Amino acid sequence: MSTLLQVTNLKKHFPVTKGFFQKQVGAVKSVDGISFEMQEGKTLGIVGESGCGKSTTGRALLRILEPTEGEVVFDGVNIGKLTKDELRSFRTNMQMIFQDPYASLNPRWTVQQVLEEPLLTHGKNSKETIKQRVTELMELVGLSPQQAGRFPHEFSGGQRQRIGIARAIALNPKFIVCDEPVSALDVSIQAQVLNLMKDLQQKFSLTYLFISHDLSVVKFISDRVGVMYLGKLVELAPTDEVFAEPLHPYTKALISAVPVPDPEAKREQIVLSGDVPSALNPPKGCAFHTRCPVAMDVCKSVVPKWQEVSTGRQIACHLYE
Amino acid sequence: MSTADVTIATAPVKKRKRKKTFFTLLLSNRLAVIGLFFIVVWTLLAVVAPWIAPHSPTDTDTVSKLQGPTIQHWLGTDNYGRDILSRILYGARISIWTGLIGVGISFIIGVPLGAIAAFYGGKLGNFIMRCMDVLLAFPSLILAMAIAASLGPGLISAMIAVGIVGIPEFARLMYGQTITLKEKEFVEASKAIGVKDSTIMFRHIFPNALGPILVHATLGMGFAILVASSLSFLGLGIQPPTPEWGAMISEGREYIITGEWWLVTFPGLAIATSILGFNLLGDGLRDVLDPRLRSSK
Repeated sequence: MSTLLQVTNLKKHFPVTKGFFQKQVGAVKSVDGISFEMQEGKTLGIVGESGCGKSTTGRALLRILEPTEGEVVFDGVNIGKLTKDELRSFRTNMQMIFQDPYASLNPRWTVQQVLEEPLLTHGKNSKETIKQRVTELMELVGLSPQQAGRFPHEFSGGQRQRIGIARAIALNPKFIVCDEPVSALDVSIQAQVLNLMKDLQQKFSLTYLFISHDLSVVKFISDRVGVMYLGKLVELAPTDEVFAEPLHPYTKALISAVPVPDPEAKREQIVLSGDVPSALNPPKGCAFHTRCPVAMDVCKSVVPKWQEVSTGRQIACHLYE
Repeated sequence: MSTADVTIATAPVKKRKRKKTFFTLLLSNRLAVIGLFFIVVWTLLAVVAPWIAPHSPTDTDTVSKLQGPTIQHWLGTDNYGRDILSRILYGARISIWTGLIGVGISFIIGVPLGAIAAFYGGKLGNFIMRCMDVLLAFPSLILAMAIAASLGPGLISAMIAVGIVGIPEFARLMYGQTITLKEKEFVEASKAIGVKDSTIMFRHIFPNALGPILVHATLGMGFAILVASSLSFLGLGIQPPTPEWGAMISEGREYIITGEWWLVTFPGLAIATSILGFNLLGDGLRDVLDPRLRSSK
């Protein structure tokens, strides 16, 4: 198994400006120094609360948003060092699937046009090849090619998401960022789309970065899970281990909040008090110490190190130092 | 189902989408057809004015001045005894052009400025939009007067003045539209695919922003004709005795009180119907260009 993607100390800060001359008065630290690597053909799930920087991470990886700092090495290529034109052609390797199937398709374009866009942008294909490829793509994602002339509003949410997936795989990428691809869908449709994504992964040995706030979805699709809190990764481990034995206090609280489909089951739920602090002014030391049930003095002043505690298992917490 | 059946079933679906061209769609929209009718009629009248006008638009006839509608003068005569019908027909040539060109200038300059300001943002966007604010800060007529005065009186300078006055509104409108659209996921998807910025602007942002801008443009037509006529009233636009609808109304104003209503009513109706035509066409165009609104019609 080879490493496809190596992320080192990735940061994305959004400047907060004030006044006519747009003087910078602060920064929202959406993603504040995260490091991880991804294995080819595997899925890394990223979970966390709203606003913890999951989606920003995905977009910064693809340079849809320019990262403030840090390195992303994709298959030996440092993405941050590519020029605009190099990046444009490099984009065939990495694509994205979006959360909202209603906003991710241009309402004025037919499915045919949506799926043609990536093919026309990269390489000069003949009309025939493009048409053929569009048919092929639609069949791959379980849509009838006869519907190619229809507009997005004539499809259901699940079908639109399939169109979004078809667009993402049109250029045969190796890596796809999936930004909450099923959270806008019905539970019954979620299962269909997730299964489709798994099938496609096997067929084309795709690597997914799967962003979600739904732990059961992540558990289903991921090989490894990363937990984010306020712009930082707090725990990264194989999926089974995270769910069986969470180490970080935040992960413990998250896992304990997953509903169990058994009314009789007795379980201990850890309810965190307070809200997520502002990313504009995150707490000193460990960002989680304000809500951590087992916080110590050291947590208030020293940032915990991101370290490996056992094979393939990384964590940032003073309890395990 | 055999293969033959499948091809028969699919063929019409594909044809329906591609063969339904823009114009057939436009002609199936009742509002647009009514609007188009008014515009075509006025354009034709403007073109054939020299042949169908019963009198000269500028010849004065003091004997028959301020006459109401008669067999000789269908729409009456003005205070110099000029035939109002002939003046309206000739005036169509000037007024419709002023409106079209004035709005055209505002559109061609304002829309790209707004789009660029919103798309790239930052210092450049801030600079462009603050310049627009400066333009907006002047009352439009005062600004138009200043521009027309500096260019020297005449039809062309009136058109340019009207055009410049309208720029900030188009820029603001496009700015707002672009700001919302560029955050949409389909724009991000195009970026992720590696589509060039200019292509994203032309193929994604502009078509989706067009609706409100088109409506504003058609409303702006009326405004442009009125500002141009105010300019001629002040002596900065079209020079008398050239017939122009707005100028005819301003000249005829004082006679309403003494009962000579035809001096303002008929040019007023001319302005109203031509602008109504543009507004209806604009609404129709917006509906036709948006696939979501198409099926309901």
